[in-house]
Amino acid sequence: MPKFSTKVKTKKGAENEYLPRAAEITKIRDLNPEVKHYTLKFKDGKALEYKPGQFVQVSLFGVGEAPISITSTFERGDDLEIAVRKAGSLTNAIHELKEGEELFIRGPYGNSFPWQEYKGKDILFVAGGIGLLPLRSVMNAIFHHRKDYGKIWVLYGSKCPTDCVYSDELVSWSKIEDVSVLQTVDSPASGWKGNVGVVTTLFSKIEFDPDKTIAYLCGPPIMIKFTNLTLEEKKMRPDDIITTMEMHMKCGIGKCGHCLIGHKYCCTDGPVFTYAQLKTLGAEE
Amino acid sequence: MKKTHIATLKKERFDDFISALARLQKVVAPVARGNGQFAFEPVVSGNEIALDYIPTILPPKKYFLPQHETLATFDTTKGQQMEPVVAYEKMVIFGVHTCDLAGIQSLNMIFSERPKDVNYLIRKSAITIIGYECNDYCDEYASCRLVHNHTPNGGYDLFFTNLGDKFIIHINTQAGDDIIESAGLFEPAQAADLKALEQLRSDKRKLFANEVPVVHENIPEVFAKSFNSKVWEDLGKKCLACGNCTNVCPTCYCFDVIDEPNLDLKTGKRYRRWDSCQSETFAQVAGGESFREERGARQRHRFYRKFKYPMNKFSRLFCTGCGRCSRTCMAKINLKETLTQLVKEQAMTDLKAGNQ
Repeated sequence: MPKFSTKVKTKKGAENEYLPRAAEITKIRDLNPEVKHYTLKFKDGKALEYKPGQFVQVSLFGVGEAPISITSTFERGDDLEIAVRKAGSLTNAIHELKEGEELFIRGPYGNSFPWQEYKGKDILFVAGGIGLLPLRSVMNAIFHHRKDYGKIWVLYGSKCPTDCVYSDELVSWSKIEDVSVLQTVDSPASGWKGNVGVVTTLFSKIEFDPDKTIAYLCGPPIMIKFTNLTLEEKKMRPDDIITTMEMHMKCGIGKCGHCLIGHKYCCTDGPVFTYAQLKTLGAEE
Repeated sequence: MKKTHIATLKKERFDDFISALARLQKVVAPVARGNGQFAFEPVVSGNEIALDYIPTILPPKKYFLPQHETLATFDTTKGQQMEPVVAYEKMVIFGVHTCDLAGIQSLNMIFSERPKDVNYLIRKSAITIIGYECNDYCDEYASCRLVHNHTPNGGYDLFFTNLGDKFIIHINTQAGDDIIESAGLFEPAQAADLKALEQLRSDKRKLFANEVPVVHENIPEVFAKSFNSKVWEDLGKKCLACGNCTNVCPTCYCFDVIDEPNLDLKTGKRYRRWDSCQSETFAQVAGGESFREERGARQRHRFYRKFKYPMNKFSRLFCTGCGRCSRTCMAKINLKETLTQLVKEQAMTDLKAGNQ
């Protein structure tokens, strides 16, 4: 065997982008049977500064790590809030946690929803299902500065009334001055008095000026596709349609390659893209 | 006197050089593995090294980005704790061909880009690279002339060229110079040596001819127009989605991050391992939707990540021309052939457009 004067060395404690911080769950609430909302406080006492639309990598040691959207708004002094849908082993394990227990967070990562540059504009939010979770961050930022913006519409579609998330907040948003909240469901339950149909059916109920409106979309790919087409038909410019993408993000720092859409890393170049940008990424959407 | 950056080493002293070097630190170099295959492995003498080798099964990226790498360990016994880990080893890699030097340069760009990847960079800083020139083609799979990697473009500490009875060495860094100085086996280059090197390079210009009917500069353009090409569909029918092509690629660096608890379920590690865009789960998100369900789309993605996307971001092709993907493919998907098909298809399309 060869003798080497040097051996494998291990460097511990080096500054490392992959290292998460512990955060205590201070509050849990159920948004629907599948989705729970977590309010978090970092154990080291340092708050996380983040922007609307960014995400964090959330982990539990021994289970794994996954990207989760931030749903709270730093702008109005919120603690970090995330909402997690049961979808795999990690999210199932997170759902088992109780208040006072810990989650591990690194980030925030990604770009953010542009919103401050749209002062004076009318705003159209279109969300489908849990697409409302990441949109809530920019919605509350804009509502926090309500007087700086024109008319605001919130169009929200879900599969059925029990799937709807933030029901209470939808009611309180509808009470803000000059904010119209319109809801629809694909399949109504008994007692549902609202609209039935996909979210694009709500467009016949509102009138907006395509030249002075900014649209924020989030939802399943099929909803994004048809909403983009409807908004284009209504003469909105692709630059004014903003969406956030869900991809399989592993590292969060533009290395691991999982979340590439064309040549753009969803985690560092996105997750927020305009419809105009998505069009240039080729057919790869 | 101005210090020369060129030295020579007589062939008969090569074994002494490697032996002396290996007494000081770990040396890895290409070694014959039988069946015409080679691999980078630790050596203690020059005699073990296969100087005349075709690209190794795995490129030297395995030392920069190991297949398995612990990023952190965790311990949940005394409160939840996680400790970042970087395992690294001081070593010299001898005999890196120009294609693989280009591969390491590409990886350096990826992992140095902010936010930096400390694991990669710490490991890189402990590695000294000695390049080795190919005087002729390795085999018919290489396309190094296409991407201009048949001659050295930097990325080494020392660079050896075989001149028959001796090696001529370009000293590129202080680390390289230190090796030359401490060995005490090297001689200054004479005018005749430099002339021989010049002759060798000039012979190479005749020997290496572009392997694909397109010039380097026009490749991104071809890809810009080929996204919906039928070529991808054809590749999809052949591809077995085994991921061999990405494993052996010197510039494929995609990885997965996984937690592995120990048997006590209290301690464990978070590690990364090579991953492949050719596997179906690679671009799958929670809930099951996959962004590249078709094998053809995944092969297309691999090609675009070599010839188009890195041009947008780094102004650099990420194909080094080493030919490993074609050499290893069980379904005989050949990079040179695929590029040629795209170029021909493009020419036909342009011709038709011109006729109308």
